[in-house]
Amino acid sequence: MDWFYSFPHMNDGSLSALRNVIDDGFRGFTRSYGDAIEGLFQPLQAFLIWAERLLTGTPWPVVLLVIAGLAWLASRSWPIVLGAVATLLIIGWFDMWTDTMRTISMIFVCTVIAVVIGLPLGILMARSDRLSRIITPVLDVMQTMPSFVYLIPVVMLLGIGRVPGVIAVVIYALPPIIRLTNLGIRQVDRETLEAARAFGSSSWQLLKKVQLPLALPTIMAGMNQTIMMALAMVVIASMIGVQGLGQPVLRAINNQYFTLGLFNGLAIVGIAIMFDRVTQAYGRRLQKHQEAMHD
Amino acid sequence: MTDQAPDIEIRSLFKIFGTDGAAYVEVVKQGMSKKELNARHRHVLGLRDINLTMHGGCIQVIMGLSGSGKSTLIRHINRLIEPTSGEVVIAGTDVVKMTQKELLDFRRYKTAMVFQKFGLLPHRTVFENTVYGLEVRGLSAREQRDTAMRWIERVGLKGFESKYPNQLSGGMQQRVGLARALATDAPILLMDEAFSALDPLIRMDMQTVLLDIQKDVGKTIVFITHDLDEALRLGDSIAILRDGEMIQVGSAQDIVLNPADDYVANFVRHVNRGKVIHVDSIMMPPFPGTPASGATVSLGTTLEDAAEVLAREDADGIDVTDPSGERVGHVALRQIVSAMVTPHFEASA
Repeated sequence: MDWFYSFPHMNDGSLSALRNVIDDGFRGFTRSYGDAIEGLFQPLQAFLIWAERLLTGTPWPVVLLVIAGLAWLASRSWPIVLGAVATLLIIGWFDMWTDTMRTISMIFVCTVIAVVIGLPLGILMARSDRLSRIITPVLDVMQTMPSFVYLIPVVMLLGIGRVPGVIAVVIYALPPIIRLTNLGIRQVDRETLEAARAFGSSSWQLLKKVQLPLALPTIMAGMNQTIMMALAMVVIASMIGVQGLGQPVLRAINNQYFTLGLFNGLAIVGIAIMFDRVTQAYGRRLQKHQEAMHD
Repeated sequence: MTDQAPDIEIRSLFKIFGTDGAAYVEVVKQGMSKKELNARHRHVLGLRDINLTMHGGCIQVIMGLSGSGKSTLIRHINRLIEPTSGEVVIAGTDVVKMTQKELLDFRRYKTAMVFQKFGLLPHRTVFENTVYGLEVRGLSAREQRDTAMRWIERVGLKGFESKYPNQLSGGMQQRVGLARALATDAPILLMDEAFSALDPLIRMDMQTVLLDIQKDVGKTIVFITHDLDEALRLGDSIAILRDGEMIQVGSAQDIVLNPADDYVANFVRHVNRGKVIHVDSIMMPPFPGTPASGATVSLGTTLEDAAEVLAREDADGIDVTDPSGERVGHVALRQIVSAMVTPHFEASA
């Protein structure tokens, strides 16, 4: 009755043999292709450094003005612009400006990459049910797999630094934009599509003139989610050498500096709320035409 | 107008919905019913052996209740639905055999469509919706603008160019739909229950707009409706569908006077016959000698109009004249009245 009380399992010998085979295989792969793959990510490295230098190197009043300007363009709402400016001023006053700029530059790069990868994938998924059935479980794994687990192979392959950090963040933050692009396009009214087809739209015209514009509010909701999830990864990414607001938090954990952790944590919350309000306001503005107002 | 409005010829068209419709065309041809096909093979018979010639420059109404296949039929003309077998020949070309590229061009230049639920692009203004067909063709912004503004004005939407569809009432939205279709100047206009979603007064109004425009443009219009009064008012020819089969094709008068079967007879029973039947079909040879009364009506006058003239003139009968003014017939008040009343034997025949 032993099997009844303790789960029958593979014997320890074959289990460790299996682990060794996989580990050795991956290590071998790393040794032979690691450099080549690192070379492949060279442009990403350059992009990251450029973005970081741009934000940390530009005088703070200029950065503040540009961010306020972007917030105005996206939201057309004074409360949101004032909130963003106030948040940044407080962050700067508490001496977290440089770290905040590093984090914002990283989030910016991650969002760009997520959009570049996610938008076409979402569009393809909306067009093919088969592809959608293949990609959906992959997205489920990406979202539920603890991020530490995929940090391991990424670090083995690329070492410690910005690039592996960004890859980890993108893996975590990519699913919402893919899912919501797919959803947004699939939700476009069938009769609207039929009408556009009846006038001789090619499938490219259909995408550009009908599907994407009508899906845009949903896609923006996906982008908002992507940014929020990228921010949630800031501390974990700092463990593998991504600079920014995450590193002081990490230091605070190791040394039990409560206040340091709290301040930097609140700074992350502050920019998260700022991004969230601005992108949501932009999404709402895209839906203006749906307000029914007979006059 | 850039194009002569062409005939549309539909030849032995079948549509069977399901995973493998083509496999069942033969059994349907041999007479398997819609019910049997569904029960035995889980396929739905959409259209059975439709043959119909729609004449260029005329309004062809296709009428039937919901589920009769009328919306399916109109979508075969621009191939929004692929037929299972059959031909749709327009100006010598079979639409069914077109390549994708030919089909795009055909939809861009030869057909335009108006939809029951309008099918407007909600993120575009009235103006941007109206130019859609021209934009898809790749016309310059200036050409788009001139044409679109002309049609926006013609359908009575001047001043609303920058409104979004959601800001307009149903009737106005359908005017946008009409302007968008007319702006392409395609010789064929497909109207799928275009006015069915509108309330009766606005529907009448839109019918008038359509008839009025048709006088100028002379397109081949295919008009789907489930409303007999609309069919009789608009149709130069009316085709009646039931369960995917064509039951009768004819002029309004043919259908009212000689319904092909009980189904059609039931349809036409409540029609105001006075508005449909012409004096031509009930008149007797004219009395020799002097006119019976001072009043005359011309050929093609409806009974209702003739009755009105009689009432005004306080006469018992009226002479009918041909276009040259020659007396060709005579109608008595009693004949008009009995023709306007629905004969009960017909309905039960």
